[in-house]
Amino acid sequence: MDKILARLEERFPGRATTRQRPDLAFVTIEAAWLREAALHLRDREGFTHLVLLTAVDWLEAGQFQLTYLLHNRARACDIGLRVMLARDAATMESIHDLWPTGATYQRELREMFGIDFPGSPRVDAEFILEGWIGPPPYRRDFDTLAFAESNFRHREGRETRDPAAHMKHKLYPEKG
Amino acid sequence: MFEPDRSQYPVRRADGSCEIDLASGKYLKLWQGPNHPGITGNMSVELTVCGDEVVEGITHVGYLHRGFEKLMERRTFIQCFPIVCRICVPEPDFNEYLYAAAVEELAGIKAPEAARWIRTLILEMGRLNSYMMYLGGQAGALGLGVIGQWTTYARDLMLDRFEELTGARIYHMFILPGGVRDGLPEGFKARLEGTLCEVERVLKDVQEVMFQNAVFKKRTVGVGVIDPALFEPYGVTGPNARAGGVAKDVRKDQPYLVYPELDFEVPTATASDMFARADVRRRDVHLSVDLIRQIVAKMPDGGPYMARLPNVLHWKIPRGETYLRGECSRGEYGYYLVTDGSGYPRRVNVRGPSYTHAMALLERLIVGVNISDVAALMVSLHTYPPEIER
Repeated sequence: MDKILARLEERFPGRATTRQRPDLAFVTIEAAWLREAALHLRDREGFTHLVLLTAVDWLEAGQFQLTYLLHNRARACDIGLRVMLARDAATMESIHDLWPTGATYQRELREMFGIDFPGSPRVDAEFILEGWIGPPPYRRDFDTLAFAESNFRHREGRETRDPAAHMKHKLYPEKG
Repeated sequence: MFEPDRSQYPVRRADGSCEIDLASGKYLKLWQGPNHPGITGNMSVELTVCGDEVVEGITHVGYLHRGFEKLMERRTFIQCFPIVCRICVPEPDFNEYLYAAAVEELAGIKAPEAARWIRTLILEMGRLNSYMMYLGGQAGALGLGVIGQWTTYARDLMLDRFEELTGARIYHMFILPGGVRDGLPEGFKARLEGTLCEVERVLKDVQEVMFQNAVFKKRTVGVGVIDPALFEPYGVTGPNARAGGVAKDVRKDQPYLVYPELDFEVPTATASDMFARADVRRRDVHLSVDLIRQIVAKMPDGGPYMARLPNVLHWKIPRGETYLRGECSRGEYGYYLVTDGSGYPRRVNVRGPSYTHAMALLERLIVGVNISDVAALMVSLHTYPPEIER
């Protein structure tokens, strides 16, 4: 793992690396270098398995973190490539031609986080959210309660109780 | 017999998509699912058929999205633990274990030795149950309905053991950050052995009635073959890969819990067709039975079962990220956990094997399949849509 990370550092210098475990590391990469780094790891280092592609919303920093987790079965280790994107211009190059399953992950990220992957198959087609009208729901600033209250009506005859107050009243009625 | 020549259509575009003119009368659109006995759970496949041959299949999910990953961002670490098992109904324990293991790693907690053995025991019991469900489904998709009744009976016996051990049949909520809730009840080992013997008896009948059955063989041998060259590009793991000669198994590749202390070899096959996948899973059930016996024989008597945790109502975990994986009955299951130093997860991402097997891979395999084999093909990939829609 040390040698693999050293070779990665040599090709893409100055990147932040986190060694989480002896068999797991995360490396931050410029968005423009992601494709080259992924190809390097896949074709030269044996990281042929795309384990997952997902996003983390760092709302306070105005950034999305994309994590491409790649696995090398022969060496039993993983490297996560982290790419930071500006939240207000969240567009990333597609990797569906490197791993066909990447297209599925990218469709989900497009819908749930609003991150675009131009050229990825069916990236603009509805995936999980059919007829969705709101902002991407997995963004940290998506307010679930406000969205529900502005889009759905309360059903007549139902009441909502504060769970803590309700249980307090139920368990200790003498205290009012 | 009249055999029309359909070889000239559909026309494939350069990007691989089909040129389908429904008005031509050559094609028919059919929906398999979401309400259909031949669909594996809450998803559907939009089929385009030419005669009885599928020329295109487009998967549709989204019938069961519950927003678990979002829910967890607004719950404390301990509040997340009863949620995660609900992500995958037939084999919920992997969610409990992987979430707990990820939290423990980032929080710097080590589960006690006895808890590690009980966790492994629970995961193998869950795997056995999941395979029982699969065997019934696979046989049922090809008209052998009675197999499903037998395997459901065997699964029910194991659910009794789960109920005895955890207090619940489906969602056990037994593995939590720090360890497990309790040890084995008195007399549990003997009753578990009785259940294993009954499972083996049922398996013997399944072997004779299902795997020796001419209809089952005719409809599964050479059907739904996954080219091993597709394993890496399509993220194929678990029995789907092992049936194609690649012995991928996290229990061996990156051993976790007490697997290094157990003696076993993972079953493999080479044909990579529906029969090979079913046979690998049948042998995997025998392996689970064997592993459960080894665990019961080797596990320590008595606790402790829980590590000392901080006050869970005010539990903050330092900033970090990790990924934990395990081998569930369908392949690689994983949890990617990101923490930011607060009392809530910043991000939890669940990587279920169905995510790759049930969509991109299925869409590729389904082309050219006879319409009557679509249900059996889907079942043979052993996918659970709930884990796609976390």
